[in-house]
Amino acid sequence: MTDFLYLVPIALALGAVGLGAFMWALNSGQYDDLDGAAERILFEDEDFPAPRKDKAAPH
Amino acid sequence: MSCCVPSRELVLAMADQRNCIEEVKLASRVVGEGIRQTDLSVPGIHCGGCIQAIEKTLSALPGVEQARVNLSTKRATIRWRSNTEPAPFIEALRALGYESHLYDVTADAKDRTFGALLRALAVAGFAASNIMLLSVSVWAGADPETRDLFHGLSALIALPTLAYSGRIFFRSAWNALRHGHTNMDVPISIGVLLAFGLSLYETLTHGAHAYFDAAVTLLFFLLIGRTLDHLMRDRARAAVSGLARLAARGALVLKSDGTRTYLPVGEIEPGMTIALAAGERVPVDAQVVCGHSELDCSLVTGESLPVPAAEGALLQAGTLNVTGPLTIVARAAANDSFLAEMTRMMETAEAGRSTYRRIADRAARLYAPAVHATALLTFIGWMIASGDAHRAITIAIAVLIITCPCALGLAVPMVQVVAARRLFEHGVLLKDGGALERLAEIDTVVFDKTGTLTLGTPRLLNGDVSDPAARGIAAAIAMHSNHPYSRALATMAPLGNLQTVAASCVTEHPGCGLEARIDAHVFRLGRPDWALSSNAGLSPANVVLSRDGECLARFAFEDRLRIGAAAAVATLRNAGFDVEVLSGDRDATVQPIARSLGVSYTAGVSPADKIARIANLGASGRKPLMVGDGLNDAPALMAAHASMAPASAADVGRNAADLVFLHESLMAVPEAIGIARAAGRLVRQNLTLAVGYNLIAVPIAILGHVTPLVAAVAMSTSSIVVVANALRLRGVKQSRATEAGSRATFAQPATARAR
Repeated sequence: MTDFLYLVPIALALGAVGLGAFMWALNSGQYDDLDGAAERILFEDEDFPAPRKDKAAPH
Repeated sequence: MSCCVPSRELVLAMADQRNCIEEVKLASRVVGEGIRQTDLSVPGIHCGGCIQAIEKTLSALPGVEQARVNLSTKRATIRWRSNTEPAPFIEALRALGYESHLYDVTADAKDRTFGALLRALAVAGFAASNIMLLSVSVWAGADPETRDLFHGLSALIALPTLAYSGRIFFRSAWNALRHGHTNMDVPISIGVLLAFGLSLYETLTHGAHAYFDAAVTLLFFLLIGRTLDHLMRDRARAAVSGLARLAARGALVLKSDGTRTYLPVGEIEPGMTIALAAGERVPVDAQVVCGHSELDCSLVTGESLPVPAAEGALLQAGTLNVTGPLTIVARAAANDSFLAEMTRMMETAEAGRSTYRRIADRAARLYAPAVHATALLTFIGWMIASGDAHRAITIAIAVLIITCPCALGLAVPMVQVVAARRLFEHGVLLKDGGALERLAEIDTVVFDKTGTLTLGTPRLLNGDVSDPAARGIAAAIAMHSNHPYSRALATMAPLGNLQTVAASCVTEHPGCGLEARIDAHVFRLGRPDWALSSNAGLSPANVVLSRDGECLARFAFEDRLRIGAAAAVATLRNAGFDVEVLSGDRDATVQPIARSLGVSYTAGVSPADKIARIANLGASGRKPLMVGDGLNDAPALMAAHASMAPASAADVGRNAADLVFLHESLMAVPEAIGIARAAGRLVRQNLTLAVGYNLIAVPIAILGHVTPLVAAVAMSTSSIVVVANALRLRGVKQSRATEAGSRATFAQPATARAR
């Protein structure tokens, strides 16, 4: 019957993670342009991930 | 729009370009080391393709660090290196097919209140869900030690939540109390704090009932209402203030030593000489010293046709120089000019308007005393009946909790947010919820003529009659002028017969017309007495095209009625509204339009007369809606019970109006009134529901049967019922919405958002 001793902290921690994620998203401008974000996902990006340093280095 | 119109005179064309860059510089701000930022409002953005095209074009311009488009606000943000001149952003976008305007960021400093509300809401949501989880296990019958532990945990979560999320209400309530009045936040704050205090006491004394969940859930629901209210107001404000500016930002001043400097309007002093290119707005009240031109006064006085201006003519600030360059001398500083005078009249008008109390505020005034009296009487009653102070206090606080205006707090903003959304789908922007309530009470509609009932742009009446070849020549010549008649002619060019005339062959004679030399012939397009050698045929014509003094074609123009103007007026009259027209234009131009619409009219009225008329209507117990667009309407818009303006209106007019409609069709007016009335009905229903809930719940609470479980269920149910009722507005008259959609003949990008 003492399961809740660790279940409750886990539940609270998960909630806090969710809250933290929301706060981060809000502060980093993820909600500034909801319509634009919906369109941007369809763009064919021209900028590829930066090449890995060890391979890109000229020899 | 106020700048960048290509000028035909080379020198001034250079100056014009120069002004534009200066204007961009003046409106930009420093955002980092050597980086400046310019914000452009681009109303034409409506899809992903636009984003890509605009970002690619802007990023390719020299000196641009980064260009980012925001689709929601239809704005482009450009960061450029300040060690170079700003690139021609506006011209680049125009070449791409997007009209853009400088957006003044200082006018809308990043809204912190909304961020704070959203964070408070997130914290309250987190706390409410976790405390509710703990509470459910308590209600399910936890043994006393577990119950006490969970109550303690709840208290630990609730205390910081109250401090963080609750301070919005506490601060507002404290402000109200300190100034000796009460608002909706006072009963909220007292209820939440007492509930928390009692629960803390119960927890410490190992009591069975704690109301932590009620206190925090209450905050959560109320914050939803508060956030919705703010969201709607914020969106409308951003959309309205971001459009084109009417007032010139600055002007090219000629110094006595012959140099030219671009000065902001605020620094222009009487006596300064200003070079005003065609296509620029007059910055301050001024007098012409050199040059001939025509001025478009439609936004200022309501006159639909350009007024000729020659040496000695007095110009009002805000009018647009159409045809030729002018040299003018400032006669007043910016804050003594016509524009500033209008602003002062608007302030007086606003002060004169009887202050409207919003429904929620009126409800709060009755609500708070009633709730507190009930709680106090309950306490006294139980003290007399049982003599048990603890029990009496517990029950009195339960009454406070159960009556906390949770549903009431959601009842009004929820409906208004849904209504604002509906209006937005119809292309109408709403300033604030109070405007919606006022719009629903309207019984008289007053229209301005130029730019409101009509588009303010002339239309060719006999386009199909005249000879296509002559029309082709006329269109080719007209292409070189900004005069409203020329623009109408240029768009009427017959298909497949496009001719071009080199710009060097065309000269413009302000006040008369255009002259072109093609193949040894002199063509004149303009006033009949100037273009024709003999005044032979005297048929009604505003403009003729002549070859060597011989008449080729006649063109008659008429100011075009806005789409749906007749239908809108008819709908309003059928619905029992009194409709009238107030115009600053001449009687001869107002009469035919008013007659064709079948409404009474007054012509040649000054801005002061317009206010007087509105005040008269108000004094006789009527509630007038003013629909107008010009500067001259702005004070009347302010004075009227409610007001609407088209998106094409002057900046000042748009800011003064409660609602702004984006589409060309005037049907927006009856549609907006319809939605406002439907919203008004729903608000009343919601208030009835909220009060009805209290009528059932309060007796139960007074009798002492309210446990935390009952409080939680009752509160949530009433809130959900109110929200569900508000959402019904979305379905109202859906068929009419589609009808309106098909009626709008031109694609308005703004609707793309309202998916």
